[in-house]
Amino acid sequence: MKKNIFKNPAVQAFIASLICIVLGLLIGYIVLLFINPSGAGEAIVAVVKNFLNSSRSNLRLKNFGNTLVKTAPLLMCSLSVLFAYKVGLFNIGAAGQFVVGSCACLISSLGWGWSWLPCLLFTILVGAAYGAIVGLLKSYCNVNEVISGIMLNWIGLYTTNMILNTVKEPTSPYTLHMATEAPQAILPSLGLGELFSGNKYVTIAIPLAVILAVVIMVLLDKTKLGYELKATGNNKNAAKYAGMAEKRNIILTLAIAGALAALGGAFLYQTDYEQWSVTQSSVPGMGFNGIAAAFLGGLHPVGAIFSSYFIQHITNGGAYVDLTKYSSQISDLISSLIIYLCGFVLFIKYAMNKSIAKREEKQAQKAKLASDTEKGGDGK
Amino acid sequence: MTLLLQYTLIFASVLMLVALGGCFAEHSGVINLGLEGIMVIGALGGALVMRYMPADTSALVMVLTVMLGAICFGVIYASLLGVACINFKADQTIVGTALNMLGTAGATVLVKAINTAANPNDVSSVIQYVGAKKNFLVNIGGFEFNWFMLIAVIALVIAYVVLYKTKFGLRLMACGEHPQAADSVGINVYKMRWCGVLISGVYGGLGGITYILAGVSEWKFENGVAGFGFLALAVMIFGQWKPTRIALAALLFGLFRALSNVYMGFDFLYSLNIPSTVYNMMPYIVSLVVLAFTSKSSRAPKAEGIPYDKGQR
Repeated sequence: MKKNIFKNPAVQAFIASLICIVLGLLIGYIVLLFINPSGAGEAIVAVVKNFLNSSRSNLRLKNFGNTLVKTAPLLMCSLSVLFAYKVGLFNIGAAGQFVVGSCACLISSLGWGWSWLPCLLFTILVGAAYGAIVGLLKSYCNVNEVISGIMLNWIGLYTTNMILNTVKEPTSPYTLHMATEAPQAILPSLGLGELFSGNKYVTIAIPLAVILAVVIMVLLDKTKLGYELKATGNNKNAAKYAGMAEKRNIILTLAIAGALAALGGAFLYQTDYEQWSVTQSSVPGMGFNGIAAAFLGGLHPVGAIFSSYFIQHITNGGAYVDLTKYSSQISDLISSLIIYLCGFVLFIKYAMNKSIAKREEKQAQKAKLASDTEKGGDGK
Repeated sequence: MTLLLQYTLIFASVLMLVALGGCFAEHSGVINLGLEGIMVIGALGGALVMRYMPADTSALVMVLTVMLGAICFGVIYASLLGVACINFKADQTIVGTALNMLGTAGATVLVKAINTAANPNDVSSVIQYVGAKKNFLVNIGGFEFNWFMLIAVIALVIAYVVLYKTKFGLRLMACGEHPQAADSVGINVYKMRWCGVLISGVYGGLGGITYILAGVSEWKFENGVAGFGFLALAVMIFGQWKPTRIALAALLFGLFRALSNVYMGFDFLYSLNIPSTVYNMMPYIVSLVVLAFTSKSSRAPKAEGIPYDKGQR
């Protein structure tokens, strides 16, 4: 009998994500209709087209590069979230780990004059330590990782603002330009920028993030450590009973998750694409969008690559809407709608399985009926 | 000193209202991580009422309509959590997080749209309510009494009575402890959980409007409510899901939050020369430390966070 491709979990996850995206865009469109019916369609198209809105081909390529530059940190954040989620932990602290990662790479490069590789390693260390705090609190003090993660997001933000105050431009709240003040810390481009019509922000961060996604996939699916971590996530007590160090596993998971999100900070700020504003009073959305990307990608590292790109694509696309009619936050609105809808993924899969089962049952019944009448015919 | 008292009381009122909202949802068995988003939307509801009500409205009508606006918005928004988590058995953590992001993004888009429609050059996400705010304040010898302080106390009494002294409250708590057992004696678990979530919408919405009325007279919706919803969750955990203890915890957290606003007024604190960001961090650090010491013996409702499935036994 032919195997139904809709039974494949990967296909189901893909369809469920597509449904979320389409519904998210549709609801976003309805919201726009309410705000200003005259340009709603154009605005949604502008958001979805993103860099394709540019008229010249080299500009298009450059803007595509810019989207990719911001996809790399987002992918790291979503890897952080999905890695922890596979171990049964909800790492909402990814946003704060991204912040302290940004802080570590900016202070070590601008403040101490380190070159790019030591900066990256330092960022990994700081991020791992920051993630481990959540793990320690979880395993030894039974503090819910969501609450402690959120508290650490804010603590990280204020600490970062305080520390980076020492390396900011004298006349603005922004940190110094890395390209001019600490060019040794800029991630090497290896000629990748040339592919995007000389986009100087395109660096090895982009391929590195994709490689790390594959590494995470291998770590989770093919190694003993990954198996142990997942077992701990499924049932802490059973894992302990089977002789696994369940406390160590929780701490290790969050340390790795912290390092991943922190690297996201380095991947963004060590390209000099953006400068940190030391007066910002809300935690950057990168980590939260990482949650969106992780769930939209079906909690699979390869899925995360595509979903991160998609989320960043529409976020950048928000800049192209007609600002006299709408605000660029409509892309935030759409991506948060998509996460909300991701909550229904389980239900969508359940509904798909049910309809498949129903159809198969019907077919089986038909086949049985057919064979029965045949037999009956033989009897005559 | 009166200023410190004033800020402590108003912030404590906010935290208490929102934490009690979380308390109702969690006792019914639903973790409400979306409180932050509910606060933003509730604040939006109240702020919109203040913006559109004529300036000469009497104080009582103003207070009541603003409360009504905040409650309506909060309840409608909380029902998004209810639909997903109760009827569709979605993961409560994801939906809560989504609601937080959606709250800020949605409020920003809406307020910007309103502002731009009124004045094409205005692309800010700020609502001003200087005039309307006066209706909420009574000046008693330098101490600015805010009506919401009284409302918070009333809300506390109601929460206590409803949870412990009524049939409804006891049934609600049963659904959070052991829904199967509750169902077996004829309690409709889905209905009870819906009640818990909607009540948390009422309280969360009220908390949101209280928060934006504390101290400032305009609000930039892009900033959301700066993690206050999450602080309220910490208050709730520290208060061990009990209304009276939540009230005490809220006062403690309110004090720390107030210090970051008024520490300049104290000579000895000012002379310590600690940067203001340290005071901003204080409530979060304190809650982290407090949670580290109190979470070991948690009295959380046993079935919270687990979607109820009637077929499961």
